[in-house]
Amino acid sequence: MGESASGAPDIAPGRLDAATLATHFAEAHPPLSAQQAMVEANRCLFCHDAPCIEACPTGIDVPAFIRKIASGNLQGSAETILRENILGGSCARVCPTEVLCQHACVRTALEGKPVAIGALQRHATDWLMQRDIQPFTRAAPSGRSIAVIGAGPAGLACAHRLALHGHAVKIYEAKAKPGGLNEYGIAAYKLTDDFARREVAFILGVGGIEIIYDQALGGTLSLSGLRRAHDAVFLAIGQAGVRVLGIEGEALAGVRPAVDFIASLRQAPDKAALPVGRRVVVIGGGNTAIDAATQARLLGAEEVSILYRRGRAAMSATAKEQDWAQTHGVRILDHAVVRRLRGRDGAVVAVAGTLGAGQAARPFELAADMVLTAIGQIFVADPLGDAEALTLADGRIAVDARGATSLPGVWAGGDCTAGADLTVAAVQDGKRAAEAIHAHFLHGEPAHG
Amino acid sequence: MPIFSTENPPMADLRIDFAGIRAPNPFWLASAPPTDKAYNVVRAFRAGWGGVVWKTLGEDPPVVNVSSRYGATHYNGMRMAGFNNIELITDRPLALNLAEITEVKRDWPDRALVVSLMVPCEEASWQRILPLVEATGCDGIELNFGCPHGMSERNMGAAVGQVPEYVEMVTRWCKQHSRMPVIVKLTPNVTDILAPARAALRGGADAVSLINTVQSITGVDLDLMAPEPVVDGQGTHGGYCGPAVKPIALRMVADIARDPATAGLPISGIGGIGGWREAAEFIALGAGSVQVCTAAMHYGFAIVEDMIDGLARWMDGKHYADIAAFRGRAVRNYVHWNDLNLNFQTIAAIDQTRCIQCGLCHIACEDTSHQAIAARRIDGKRQYEVIDAACVGCNLCAHVCPVEYCITMHPVANSAGALTWQQHPNNPMRQEAAA
Ligand SMILES: Cc1cc2nc3c(=O)[nH]c(=O)nc-3n(C[C@H](O)[C@H](O)[C@H](O)COP(=O)(O)OP(=O)(O)OC[C@H]3O[C@@H](n4cnc5c(N)ncnc54)[C@H](O)[C@@H]3O)c2cc1C
Ligand SMILES: Cc1cc2nc3c(=O)[nH]c(=O)nc-3n(C[C@H](O)[C@H](O)[C@H](O)COP(=O)(O)O)c2cc1C
Ligand code: SF4
Repeated sequence: MGESASGAPDIAPGRLDAATLATHFAEAHPPLSAQQAMVEANRCLFCHDAPCIEACPTGIDVPAFIRKIASGNLQGSAETILRENILGGSCARVCPTEVLCQHACVRTALEGKPVAIGALQRHATDWLMQRDIQPFTRAAPSGRSIAVIGAGPAGLACAHRLALHGHAVKIYEAKAKPGGLNEYGIAAYKLTDDFARREVAFILGVGGIEIIYDQALGGTLSLSGLRRAHDAVFLAIGQAGVRVLGIEGEALAGVRPAVDFIASLRQAPDKAALPVGRRVVVIGGGNTAIDAATQARLLGAEEVSILYRRGRAAMSATAKEQDWAQTHGVRILDHAVVRRLRGRDGAVVAVAGTLGAGQAARPFELAADMVLTAIGQIFVADPLGDAEALTLADGRIAVDARGATSLPGVWAGGDCTAGADLTVAAVQDGKRAAEAIHAHFLHGEPAHG
Repeated sequence: MPIFSTENPPMADLRIDFAGIRAPNPFWLASAPPTDKAYNVVRAFRAGWGGVVWKTLGEDPPVVNVSSRYGATHYNGMRMAGFNNIELITDRPLALNLAEITEVKRDWPDRALVVSLMVPCEEASWQRILPLVEATGCDGIELNFGCPHGMSERNMGAAVGQVPEYVEMVTRWCKQHSRMPVIVKLTPNVTDILAPARAALRGGADAVSLINTVQSITGVDLDLMAPEPVVDGQGTHGGYCGPAVKPIALRMVADIARDPATAGLPISGIGGIGGWREAAEFIALGAGSVQVCTAAMHYGFAIVEDMIDGLARWMDGKHYADIAAFRGRAVRNYVHWNDLNLNFQTIAAIDQTRCIQCGLCHIACEDTSHQAIAARRIDGKRQYEVIDAACVGCNLCAHVCPVEYCITMHPVANSAGALTWQQHPNNPMRQEAAA
């Protein structure tokens, strides 16, 4: 360590030429060929009471869809997936399968090499989406209308399931584009070719769903107004805030939340126009830190370090994700506690703190042209308004096992509620709430409690 | 040829003398495309094959083959688990084949070179061709009574092999009109393989070889609505071979080996042999040589290297000095169902440390057998347990289990002596014990 800052901060666009950037941001895991899919599908043992089904938050019948790939019934396979998870296409690309279905695959126990469930899921869903096939038809119109707030994975999954049951859904989205973090957050090399947008179009293809953009709860919309205008409300507004370090220097130029960096990267039509530091420090230990650091490297940053305050094992990024960052030249320093961001002329030039566990901790300083903070997203409750007494739990919206909030007629799910912050978990929340809302309409089942 | 000499080369002697035909090892290529001409056969001999049966010769003018000839069963990602063809016999002029055979035999005197023949079922035809073949210096002839398609429609091949009288008659002609050892190749497309085998013996055959291919349609092209392989929109039935037919072939070989009438008649085992292990199985059931076609067509001639090496090493491990030492060893244990011991009981055991919780044993037994494997959850973790009292020892769970040695079958100690169906009280026709 012991590097000290020198010279003016070096943040510049166009560190790499267009051709290099194109290969860097190409799909990280290209699709399986039909033949690879066939060979891989035949590795599935078609387990009874299969552990992978249980390990998938949306409960996809994995052996059933894989068997259909093996038999050449790709449409049936895709439908088996989409029946439980209408965002099966993006989940196939973004799920950390190494801790979900593929972790549970009995072949992991047998030979340390699970069936490539995610890749197979993609094979089947791609097949269907490439053919513009709408797998499901809506029930007759029910006359009910539901407001879904937020067009991220949770909101979209809820809207789709409600639409299937014949209900009319209006999605109110604060931004100008749908998809939530699929559009603004997920690493660029996981969702290429505008997949997030194509998937939303596919979901809307079922009919009965209208997205109204640039409409924010807490802005033009109020919860009480939505409750009056609709038969039910589903809140899927994700986590709008980021946790701050609360240390000296956080306001310096060159310091920004990793999610903002990623969002501008995802939206940039020309990656060469994106400014990136020569030396980038990412603070945090989760998925966001990994993605920000890796993508900074891919943009051409020369030195990228992730500083995580505890030991490796405590990082919420999976081992596979950590490996991914490291194979892209990202240095991961654990037990690195940042206490101060040093600046010169209003711009950050270094991070300083202690490095090492317990007694071994020593002061360190690391030169940085750019500092990205990735110590967690947080739920911002302001849009809910004061008038409505919506109970929170641990800073997020409190819900019961079926997604009902403390307010009658209001359900919630996804990142704005407790649980794993994963696309697939958000989808499950949305689907589950839709079923609860539908059951409520059907049988007058309690709207909450 | 080995490049390095191993420190411990296998000791076993693989040489055979099969009905008077000598070969350095029992691995012969069956009469088929791999043995269609000198070019292939020389490559095979260079690779180490102990012998070949030359692709079946017929009368001139030669037959004409169709284009699009092979069908295959690809199973679970495994290519060519079964293979079928609608080819006929050699489509090259007789004189060309005979010249090449002469040359190859001259250049490779230590290898077995048998010539397969199929001519019309008339004595004159055989009388014409036999001296020509004998003049090549080949080691013997194989009578192709097995080709199940095309040739049989012209009253040759299987059309002869399915009528024991014809088998006997043609065999006799061959013995009368030549001095060469005669191997009769049998078709499996019969109800009772013993009938043509006994007929061959009566006709004076020096050996039989089996099986030729099984009549089959490998699949249907569901777009063209035609059997595969498709020839201009249509298909015909072909001959099935490859790994899928081994069980059929083994059983037919074993039947001939144990039949008192044919016991001792040399058998060249054919059908689904791809490695030394299958070869050993055929030899254990009585074969004196083995023939290979599909595996060579799938992987090329180099497979013989491990066939030779693997068989020799296995024999060393078992202290079998030569092929004769274990040839037919399993025949005495190939009995009729009625002779099996009904008091023998075996029971499944699951090694929980190996179990990967796939549940296949449970669902197989639960849905389709004897409900003898319980599916339990212990602290949420799956556990599959054999219910000893319900297990009938069918082996199903052990077969479906994907983990080696996880489910094993264990004989149950039993004080009762052997009891066969012949003696069983439930058998209305039982034979009372003499004592
Ligand atoms: C950088 C990053 C990388 C990630 N990578 C992965 C990954 O690889 N795999 C994985 O499974 N998960 C990943 N996640 C997590 C995953 O993206 C989220 O768990 C998932 O998107 C949550 O879905 P959601 O619908 O609850 O929320 P979001 O996706 O956040 O969607 C919320 C939507 O609500 C809208 N909204 C917010 N406030 C309002 C309002 N007041 N009024 C109207 N609309 C509003 C937002 O604009 C947005 O469209 C990642 C997250 C981040 C931040
Ligand atoms: C393409 C092909 C052509 C064959 N042609 C002949 C033939 O001309 N004469 C013959 O006796 N058997 C012929 N056979 C049968 C083989 O010799 C052999 O009996 C059969 O394939 C079973 O062996 P395998 O399972 O090793 O392939 C042919 C087989 C194939 C696949
Ligand atoms: S193997 Fe292929 S290339 Fe060779 S003859 Fe047959 S079809 Fe033609």
